[in-house]
This record gives sequence, C-alpha cells and structure tokens, in this order.
Amino acid sequence: MTRPQAAIVGVAESDLGRTPDKTVLQLQHQAARAALKDAGLGFGDVDALFCAGGWAWAPNLMLAEYLGIKPKYTDSTNIGGSSFEAHLGHAVAGIEAGLFEVALITYGSTQRSDRTRNRGGYTFKLTEQYEPSFGLPTPVGAYALAATRHMYEYGTTSEQLAEVAVATRKWAAMNERAMMREPITIADVLNSRWVAEPLHLLDCCLVTDGGGAVVVTTAERARNARATPVWVLGHGEAHTHNTIASMPDLATHQAAVASGRDAFAMAGLTPADIDVAEIYDSFTITVIMTLEALGFCGRGEGGAFVSNQRTAPGGPFPMNTNGGGLSYCHPGMYGIFLLIEATRQLRGECGPRQVEGARIALAHGTGGVLSSGSTVILGKD
Amino acid sequence: MPGHLPASMLAQDSDSLPYWEGLALGELRIQRCNSCSKAVFYPRAICPHCFSDQLSWIVASGKGTIYSYTVAHQAFGSFAADVPFVVALIELEEGARMMSRLLDAPRERVTVGAAVTVTFEKVEEDLTLPYFRLLE
Repeated sequence: MTRPQAAIVGVAESDLGRTPDKTVLQLQHQAARAALKDAGLGFGDVDALFCAGGWAWAPNLMLAEYLGIKPKYTDSTNIGGSSFEAHLGHAVAGIEAGLFEVALITYGSTQRSDRTRNRGGYTFKLTEQYEPSFGLPTPVGAYALAATRHMYEYGTTSEQLAEVAVATRKWAAMNERAMMREPITIADVLNSRWVAEPLHLLDCCLVTDGGGAVVVTTAERARNARATPVWVLGHGEAHTHNTIASMPDLATHQAAVASGRDAFAMAGLTPADIDVAEIYDSFTITVIMTLEALGFCGRGEGGAFVSNQRTAPGGPFPMNTNGGGLSYCHPGMYGIFLLIEATRQLRGECGPRQVEGARIALAHGTGGVLSSGSTVILGKD
Repeated sequence: MPGHLPASMLAQDSDSLPYWEGLALGELRIQRCNSCSKAVFYPRAICPHCFSDQLSWIVASGKGTIYSYTVAHQAFGSFAADVPFVVALIELEEGARMMSRLLDAPRERVTVGAAVTVTFEKVEEDLTLPYFRLLE
C-alpha cells in the first residue's frame, strides 16, 4: 500500500425522512454546509464538485450556481446508488494528480415527498423500450428476479434474507436519526406482505427524502483538519449491464466482484482486515450477493454467512451500523450515506452503535439493478 | 388482456423497428451475429459478445425456458389491476434472454427451468406484445 494521498475530512446528512418543504438544492446546501463545517472549511475552499441526480438537465451546473461556487473540476458520474463511492475514487485520483485540493460530494432527493408525481407523458427511449410493457415494478422486481435465481442456484432461503433485515433494524434502534427503530423478528419479515416474490415488504429499503455531503482533501490539508482524517486506502468500480435481462449472471454481483478486487488490491488488504462494513442494502438480497462478491464468504454462501444474526450489534461482522437503507433512510441513491457512516465509525463518533476499535472500514455501493458496484476502503492513522 | 403501456410511450427507432414490425406479424425477431454466431437481444448495431457490426435478423422459434421469475404483488399504473402476475426472464432456445409476462400460469407450475412458448397479443391497433405460456 502506498501512502494515502487524500482523506475524507467532513461528512454530514441533511434533514432526513420526509421533507415536503425542502427542495433538492436546499437539502444539498444544508448537507454541504454542515460537512464543510465539520471539515473546518468553507464554500470558498471548494474547487471540485461531484454530484449525481436526475433532478436537472445538468445537476452540477445548477447546484454549483445555486451555491455560488465555480469549481475547476466537476464530475456528475451517475451509475445509480454507487455513484458516490465512484465520486470518492475519482476525487482521490484528481487530488493525487494535483488537479484540485478540496472536493465536495453531495446528494439530495425529495423522492418520498414527490411520490405522487405523475409519469404521464414519459417515453421509454432507446434501450428502455423492451421491458416496461411487462409491468415489472422496478427496481424491486429486478432484485426479486436475482433473488429467485440465487435461491435456485444456491438454496438461499427467505429466512436468510430476513436475517439481514432483522440485524439491520437492531443497529437502527441505536441511531436516533433512523426512521424505523422498532425491533423486528424473522417472522415479522416473513409475514410482511409480498412486494415481488421472493421479496417481502421488510426485505425492501425505505423510501425517504434526504441528502448528504462528503468533503475530501489532500493529505497536507487533512493533517490540519478539525477531525481525524479518514484516509482513502483503496477504490474500485465497475458496471456490467443496465437492463436486468442483460445481467450476465443473476446469481452473481459481477460489478462488485470487480470493484472489490480492485479496491482490496489498491489498499493491499483482504476481507479479513475489515473491522466494519457498510454494504448497500437496497434489498436484503443485495447484501447477500455483495458479501459473496467482495469475498467475505464464498460464492453461494451469503445466506449462511448472515445467519444467526452475524451482522447484528455484538456479532462478529458489524455491518450497516447506521441501520442501513432498510431502516435508517433511503432517498433513492443511498451510497453517500455509506461513506458518512464509515467515516463516523472510524472517527469513533457513533456513540451506542460504535464498533470498538474500528480502524479499517469498507463501503460498497450498488447501483441500478445490480448494474454497478463501487467499493472504497477507508482507514485511520 | 394484461395491462400495458400505450404504444406512444415506447419510442421505436431504427434499431428496434424490425422487432416491433415482426411482433405485428406474429414473429419474434432477434438478431444473430454473423461473426460469433451468438444470438442477440435487444436489437442493436454491435454484437455485445464480439463487437462485430455484422448482425442478421432471425425469427426465433419462440421456445425457451424460465431463467428466473418473480410474482409481482404491487405494480403501477395500468398494471396495478393485474396483481399478482408473473414476470419472467426467458432464455430463448437460440441463446438470448428477454423479459416477458407469463400468461395463465398456475403459481405452482412456475419454476426456474420450466419450458415456455411465445404467444402474441395485439394489445392496441399498433402494438403487439410477446408474452409466454408454460408448455404442457
């Protein structure tokens, strides 16, 4: 491992949950202001902007203008929920190349408040035109197709999927910002209504509003930062398909296989070195397939791996310690919240849910319909 | 008849036109790469397997197997009234994979690997869709 050249020095959420009086610009302003304050920096220090969203024709142009910043480097990579892990990797590469010094990564969504939005007039264009005629609810239906195939190939069970939801809820109970904090049982998950078989309602992430921001800077500036620098040790990203029918193997998260391999190689670490893992949990099956892909267990062994509440508080594999997309918040693209929680865990700021002695964290985003994967490995001195 | 989207919401283009026109004639048209011989769906100008730009249209037999499936219990718009219904990924015998609905499929007979065959439904004057049924 070469000496890390960039670090996360500021993280923050905006208001979360239901924010009907807020716009995506207000949410991102709120999160960015708090993250910069956390870093001991200001908007005037920002010289690179990273954001992703479908809320404007050119989100970076609109957001930068709204904030009054004039970045000399900009990146609106949108590969779904994993975009922000990719942004972090790109920011580190840019900092290492000497292109800029202070990168602001933001996200905001009002999807919950927008729920009544009318899709009338929408046209399915280009490669979108072949699947919508069949009524599959997306993205849940696509993940259900993957879950069916994973169960068929490996014997994964609904109970094993439920283990993830139950363990994640236990973490949420210790996070006062989590939306869903009441304990649930495996039976509760199995008895919740079907959304798309084999996924029950409690196998699915929340639908919330919210935003987040992450500030990344050079090693030199990080050493003078207000908080403990969280070094970016490794990064990898990949995408394999866009439509679910084109996913090469529905039982294998190939994008995560590639992104995890590259992130571990860059960091010079292995899965055994990870103290705390923040794994994108759009659905319970996403977690099981990602754990296999990243090498925390063998192919097809994800269901057994999460059994017996292995990932719950006090278990041997602390995972999704903020309560995850399943119980904390999920404003459409959740990836930025993985970075926020991983950073707070390494800083030791997590109070009752703090993983004792956490020095190395992994955050993995998954986007689209298991389409993209982006993995980052973070560490502290 | 299953719920569907109006043809006006599906932007046909010069990649897809032969596919849509084939459906209207009761043909499931897919592509085959002249170079590597692999079947390709959805239609496009480049073979995603070997990057050749030489692709030919073929008429698929319409026979295949269920690669994976889900039973949707929640759906949107014109599909909401259909729940529960089965959406499957069909592995066509030519080798390409496509999404479709299974019609008249008893839940207990819907399994990965089950044999299916295409059926064409004219859902609008200018829109025919390829659905599938379980083979006996």
